[in-house]
Amino acid sequence: MTYRTSTVLLTIGAALATFMDFLMIAAIMGHLPTLDGWSLPEVGLLYGIAGVAFGITDMCVGNLDLLPRQIRDGTFDVVLVRPVGSLFQVLAMEFGVRRVGKVLQSGAVLAISLTRLHVAWTGPKVAMLAVAPVTASLIFGSVWVIAISQVFWTVDTGEVANSFTYGGSFLTSYPISIFSGWLRDLLAFVIPMAFVSYYPALFILGRPDPLGLPAFTPLLTPLVALAMLGVAGLIWRTGVRHYRGTGS
Amino acid sequence: MRVYWELARVGYLRQTAYWGATCAGVFTNTVWGFMISFVQLALFAAHTRVAGYDATDALTYVWVSQGMLMTVYIWGGWVEIAQRIRTGDIATDFHRPVDFQGYWLAQDIGRALYHAIFRGIPPVLVASLVFHLRFPTSPLTWLVFAVSLLLAVCISFALRFLVNLSAFWILDHRGVASIASFAWPFLAGMYGIPLAYLPEPIYRVVSVLPFASMGQAPLSVFLEKPGLVPTLALQAVWVVALLALGRVVLARAERRLVVQGG
Amino acid sequence: MNGTILADGLSKHFSRHRRAGLLRRWRTTVRAVDGITFRVEPGEMVGYIGPNGAGKSTTVKMLTGILFPSGGTARVAGLDPARQRVALARRIGVVFGQRRQLWWDLPLGTSFELLRHVYRVPEPRFRANLATFVELLELGPFLDTPVRQLSLGQVMRGELTAALLHDPEVVFLDEPTIGLDVESKARALDFLSALNRERGTTVMMTTHDVADLERMCPRMLIIDSGRLIFDGPVADIKRFGVERTLVVDLEAPRPALWVEGVDDVRVDGRRQWLQFRRDQVSAPDLIARVASAAAVVDLTVEETPIEEIIRRIYREGMEGLTA
Repeated sequence: MTYRTSTVLLTIGAALATFMDFLMIAAIMGHLPTLDGWSLPEVGLLYGIAGVAFGITDMCVGNLDLLPRQIRDGTFDVVLVRPVGSLFQVLAMEFGVRRVGKVLQSGAVLAISLTRLHVAWTGPKVAMLAVAPVTASLIFGSVWVIAISQVFWTVDTGEVANSFTYGGSFLTSYPISIFSGWLRDLLAFVIPMAFVSYYPALFILGRPDPLGLPAFTPLLTPLVALAMLGVAGLIWRTGVRHYRGTGS
Repeated sequence: MRVYWELARVGYLRQTAYWGATCAGVFTNTVWGFMISFVQLALFAAHTRVAGYDATDALTYVWVSQGMLMTVYIWGGWVEIAQRIRTGDIATDFHRPVDFQGYWLAQDIGRALYHAIFRGIPPVLVASLVFHLRFPTSPLTWLVFAVSLLLAVCISFALRFLVNLSAFWILDHRGVASIASFAWPFLAGMYGIPLAYLPEPIYRVVSVLPFASMGQAPLSVFLEKPGLVPTLALQAVWVVALLALGRVVLARAERRLVVQGG
Repeated sequence: MNGTILADGLSKHFSRHRRAGLLRRWRTTVRAVDGITFRVEPGEMVGYIGPNGAGKSTTVKMLTGILFPSGGTARVAGLDPARQRVALARRIGVVFGQRRQLWWDLPLGTSFELLRHVYRVPEPRFRANLATFVELLELGPFLDTPVRQLSLGQVMRGELTAALLHDPEVVFLDEPTIGLDVESKARALDFLSALNRERGTTVMMTTHDVADLERMCPRMLIIDSGRLIFDGPVADIKRFGVERTLVVDLEAPRPALWVEGVDDVRVDGRRQWLQFRRDQVSAPDLIARVASAAAVVDLTVEETPIEEIIRRIYREGMEGLTA
């Protein structure tokens, strides 16, 4: 009984905490008509897509944060003794209902932003809006798997992985163009965060890419997501192989 | 008095065992520092001054606040005392000939010192190589900053202490902690955004809350913003008020423990 | 039904880095398992015993697919554990003494249901097995209790069930009796014996407690420092394991109690260690004799530890055993 109350409270607390992210944006935008050419509702679009996607990813894949401890405790061996793929087992261990708060909160921001925006809706744009959170979620999820897989090699507690996953959530809430130089290229293209919210948003808003990439770039989003999935699976499998080779 | 010194030492030493986590944490702080810096730079591309801060101020704010994060430890996630209440080990704590609140406060200060040195300095150092930051020139400012930081740690401790004590009455304290503390980092201005950026009326309210005295206050001292004495005075008031409140609640808790038999 | 366990020159080497000074690092190779060969036939019950750190767990990990061997081959139920992990997992059951297979927060029964899906056990078979195990291990009263609230003995019974619900051909147990009280231990071991008898499940159990094995495994493999130093009937070992020690705490220090049946005595203040052979005098008899000779405050009977048995084996050689 009290366990359930506590879950509810934790969920609300988590949702409210994520709202602080948006307050931060609002506080900054309060001083600016636009952030690098993006108005508040436009930034809200970015934030909304990224937030909904991240929340979904967190719910489905957030259990990965348990991996470091499982390896330390030896509980990962139990995973290997069962006739099911190891990654699936780790993910399925617990469905993080708690994290639904982020989805709801970001969804609200997204909805409100859309009402404030004057978008010339076309079929493809609507499709992009529907697909974007999904592809974004896949990209976030892949990054999460890749980031956490490094604990198969290091004795890390997983905190380094967190800076990539939660950091990714932060940075995709802002237009990528505010980051400059090699950092931007790394964050946006090598770890393809730009395809999470930025390119889909550009497509929906019908804006040209200030970074100069061709107009069809946003359409590559699903391909990028699938490619990331492949990379993530590969790295995970390599990680498990390493664990089985050295006994960590 | 000696025992508190020893306890602080213990608090410090306990952290040295986790140097791996400290390294990882420094990495995290640095990554976040860079990301938030860029956001601030985007802001200052359009203005030269925002809410009394210039670009250098803002960047310094970002990095010193990142360095301060672990030192002041502004989250509700610290549940050591609550866990001991759950297991019942708390009873032995009350039998010790040391003041209960002082026992934990001393350890927290030791811990904070460790984090101030090993989590606080490296990110700022890295940042100073890339960005232009503003460091206080007068040694007196550094001294006052240290004092302000110490006060901030005490306020943070006092708040966390109160949240932990809730475990005496509430079976699952984690939910309460989550609700109670979700806004602390933001209200303290520890998200790399100075509270001064908030609209004026909101800012006025937020700045007198204890949370602002945890984060914003030492940062204002560091950046040598006007209003030094009121800032420190407010910090001192909150330290006293919250620690006193903690003692009151503690007394009620002890009475409850004795009556219930643990 | 192919419940064979084969190991041929099985080895596992670990690289360990040791720090020497501030910057230099030595790379040492730890041979956890060094060329082990044995064959277990379907339906056999085998004990795998050795001192701590001898390589028991590492061997089991290689046989269950958790670790890749560094050398040699392993075949369990006809499959290669390293390459065919998932296929093998369906046919074996594993019980770890110190790790939980059961889901911590869930009721015991729910864990079982989940495992049914994981192992894709047909419903009727699952129900039948569950009913049998629930009755044999008396799990009924706490099927609805979350695992984390159960005592260690209850958890172990749950773990045994969890490992067997899918009718594995081979069951591996890695130190399953650690931390259990005498009664729970007996119950678990008897259950395994019954299982082996009735279903022909191959059982391989590691432990460092000789008494466990004497109770239930007709055949014993002894491993020491990664090498197999004995593979044969338990009865042979009994020859080495006959000596016991009666440790008495006396009211006041006394000269050595050389009562009838005692082979050797060590004295330290009020405590005396009296060595005797259990095939020549029973513990109760000896205790009675000692008690009538001196005022005893407390006493314990110690078994010959596996380390001592191994030492004997080295001293007298394996030839001494086949005599």
